[in-house]
Parts: sequence; C-alpha cells; structure tokens
Amino acid sequence: MIDAINLYKKFGDSQVLKGVNLTIDAGITQVIIGRSGCGKSVLLKNIIGLLKPESGQVIIDGQDVTKMTGKALSALRMTFGMLFQGAALFDSLTVAENVGFNLIEHTDLDSQTIAKRIKEALSLVGLYNIEGLMPSELSGGMRKRVGLARAIAMQPKIILYDEPTTGVDPIMADAVNELIIRLHDKLKVTSIVVTHDMISAYKVGSRIAMLYDGKIVEEGSPDQIKNTTNPIVKQFITGAAKGPITEGESFNQSVLI
Amino acid sequence: MVFSDAFNRFIAKSKSLLRYMGGVVILFIETVFWMFMPPFRKRQILDQMYKVGVSSLPIVFLTSMFTGMVLALQSAHQMQRISAQMYIASLVALSMVRELGPVLTALVIAGRVGASITAELGTMKVTEQIDALETLATNPIKYLVVPRFLALIIMLPLLTIYADFVGMLGGYIVGVFKLHISSNMYLNMTTSPLGIKDLYTGLLKSVVFAIIISIISCYEGFKTSGGAEGVGRSTTLSVVTSFILIIAADCLFTALFYFIGQ
Repeated sequence: MIDAINLYKKFGDSQVLKGVNLTIDAGITQVIIGRSGCGKSVLLKNIIGLLKPESGQVIIDGQDVTKMTGKALSALRMTFGMLFQGAALFDSLTVAENVGFNLIEHTDLDSQTIAKRIKEALSLVGLYNIEGLMPSELSGGMRKRVGLARAIAMQPKIILYDEPTTGVDPIMADAVNELIIRLHDKLKVTSIVVTHDMISAYKVGSRIAMLYDGKIVEEGSPDQIKNTTNPIVKQFITGAAKGPITEGESFNQSVLI
Repeated sequence: MVFSDAFNRFIAKSKSLLRYMGGVVILFIETVFWMFMPPFRKRQILDQMYKVGVSSLPIVFLTSMFTGMVLALQSAHQMQRISAQMYIASLVALSMVRELGPVLTALVIAGRVGASITAELGTMKVTEQIDALETLATNPIKYLVVPRFLALIIMLPLLTIYADFVGMLGGYIVGVFKLHISSNMYLNMTTSPLGIKDLYTGLLKSVVFAIIISIISCYEGFKTSGGAEGVGRSTTLSVVTSFILIIAADCLFTALFYFIGQ
C-alpha cells in the first residue's frame, strides 16, 4: 500500500503540491489525471523519492520514503520500476545495457543469465532482436517500450508510468495501454499511471484520481469519474475549453474570441 | 526606493552566489567520498581517460608548440639587443614549465573537455536520464562524476608534462634553426635552470585545475534546466566559470609559491 499524506512541494515561488492526500491499495492500477504542468509528475517523483516534499509523508509498506536516504532508499528503489515521459534511455549504452542496467550494476548474476533476463524483459514488451541497437536508432514507440522493459527487468512490485501515451501515435498509444494491462496482470504489480489522456485513463485504471490546484479533488472508480458531478472534473474529462478550470484565464479570451 | 531595490538585488545575488559556492563544495566532497567507495568502474575511468587525455593530444600539441615558438621569437628581439640570445632557451623552459604549460593546457581542456562534460550531463539532466539513474538505485555522482573527476586528475598533469616538452621543442626549433643557437648550447640552457621544484609546482597547479574543471563542469551539467537552450547556457557558464577560476587559482598559487620560495 502507498499512502501520500498531506504533501506540500514548491519550486521557487510556485506552490505545486498543496496538501496531496492519496491512498493507493496494493495490486491496483491507480491513474492520476490532471492538466499539463499541474504537478502530476512532481507527485510521482515524490513517491519514488526523487524529490523531497517540504512537508508531508509518503508511506510505502510502513516506511516513510521522504525520510529515507542512502542504502535504504536504494533498496526501496529496487522494488520500483519507472517509465519516464521521454523514456530516458541512456544514450551511450545499447538497448541490452539499458534494459539490463540494474542487473549488471546491482546483482552478481553471470552474463548468460543477464542476457536471458534482458531477452525476457524485451519479449514482455513485444521487442525481439534489438539488443545491440543504440537508443538513437529506435522510434519513439520503441523507446517507450525499451524504457518499460528496463523498468520491469528487476521484477519490481510497483511500476510508475509518467505519461506513457504522450508522444506516440494513437495505435501505439493503445498498444502501450494493452501493455500496461498485460504487465499488471502478469507481474501482479501495483501501477501508478500519470496521464492526461482520458482514453488511456479509462482503459487501464482501476481507480482514477484527479489532481487540480495542488490537491486531489476527486478519487474514484472509472465509472464514478465518468458520472461525476464535480464541475472541475467534468470539464477536464470532457475536454471543454470553457468551465471552472479555465475561468478567468486570459487563455479564454484569446482563444475563444 | 531605488536604494532598497538595489540593496535587495544585491542580497539576492549574494545569496545565489553563496548557494552556488556551497553546491560546488558539496559536490566536491561527495565526489571524493564516492571515489573511495567500491565498486570501482575501471572501464568507465579508462574510457574517460581516453576522451580527456588521448583525444586532446593534437590540440595540446598545437597550442604549446606555437606558444613555445612565439615565446622564443618574441624574446629573441629583446635578447639580441643585449646579446643574450642563449638565455632564450632558459626563458622558454621556465615559462613553459612553471606557468604556460599548466595554465594553457588547463584552459584548452576546460574548453574542450569541460564543455563536453557539461553538455553531456546537461542533456542527460533535461531528458531525465539522471532521474532514471537514481530510480535504478545508482548514485549519479558515483556513476557520472567520479570517473570524469579521476580521469581529469590523472590526465591533466600528464598532458601538462607533454605540453611542457612540446613547448620547449617549439622554442628549440626557433632557437636552433632560426636564431642559430647551437643545439648543445640550447639544450644545456634549457635544462640547467630547471629545478625539480619548478616541475612539481606546475603539476600541483594542474591537479587543482583538474579539480576545478571536473567539478564545475559536472555541477553546471547537473543543475541544467530548460531544454536545449538550457544546455547551451550551462555549457557557456561552465567554460567561463572554469576559465575565471583557473586564472584566479593560478594567480593565487604563483603568489603563494613566490612567498614560500623566499
């Protein structure tokens, strides 16, 4: 179970998270939706300890991530896999070295076992015989899938997805959604998906939470979210330019006149 | 009002300068700490040593060769007036070993290697590769900074020795073939004023320059933000800051050795 309690985080003068409370049960796929730049990725990075909040806690299986440092944090991260928005593959390493990074760095496995594990991870995301390629030789969709293979190579218990369907075509986006579902069923992991793609949110999510103005404004099953009465959530999921979210924004005048 | 605005700006600037200095010092301390922590990445250190050292040989050769030649030619004019051409050899040797060898090499390497380190780490930062390293339970300082730090500390002094010799060779070419000083005489006048102290003060300087270049370029890389433009900005800042610090450190050391030497 992952429990975010009253998280506050600011960058410079802008307060991005203003008291986020969210409980994610083990084994579910929690989707976090919200507008671009509303702090979804920041929340994700707080959960994995890449960023430290000013106040608040993130409790994972009874341990407070925000207080962890050094070895304890490293050990915790071994149970995580994270897919970054741009895949964040290491340019200077081959696909195999990327996928097997953790295995090479943090285990004593022999090279044959590692090669086998790399092959398995790649085949789980539907990629074959590309171990020797460099990331620059891959297409956007392939990069995402290699990034995903790297995230699952250590057999994590929790997978974090930062905008998995952003920047790929609709067909690839659906393939990524299928992949998230398949990995979830096969590896029995807890997944957290940050996205603003509602098709993806409905498809992969067992729970959906909306982050708005630094807080979680609504949390529920996909059906509950679809039939919400909250005007903010309603505007977002229907993708309307007019509504409470954009009220008073200069954007309204400049676009709608 | 104007006064308080200026004062506030001054305070803000001082704060950010202090933060910068603090950040650099912390990065240095952490780098030294992680340097002694296993595992030791021999392959990466050797890779970096090749990039820093071997690939820089041509440009270091060119700059020090020309510097040595120019030094000999420029001083020839003055020395001939007082019929002291043979001291050209000593002048070139001492200036190269004490001053120009370490400083010129450091400046060339700051421009060539420091810039590339910042651009590489900066790009990794803005494409979230540094974050990815951390999520893969790997310390970015250990993985990225330590190999570059070690490579520079080992290779910069070696490059400096190489630059010293090439510079003296440049002086020799001008002295012997243009100014017609006898080869024996030139070599004699080159080696006789050089003491072991001249060499090690030069090398000590180059170790300090290596620390400056590696830490500044990595620090600038790590604090990059704002896409391609940000990478460009960090790279410029990294080279400029390294240049200023190298010159300042050189001045400080020269003064220090001067007073100690007395």
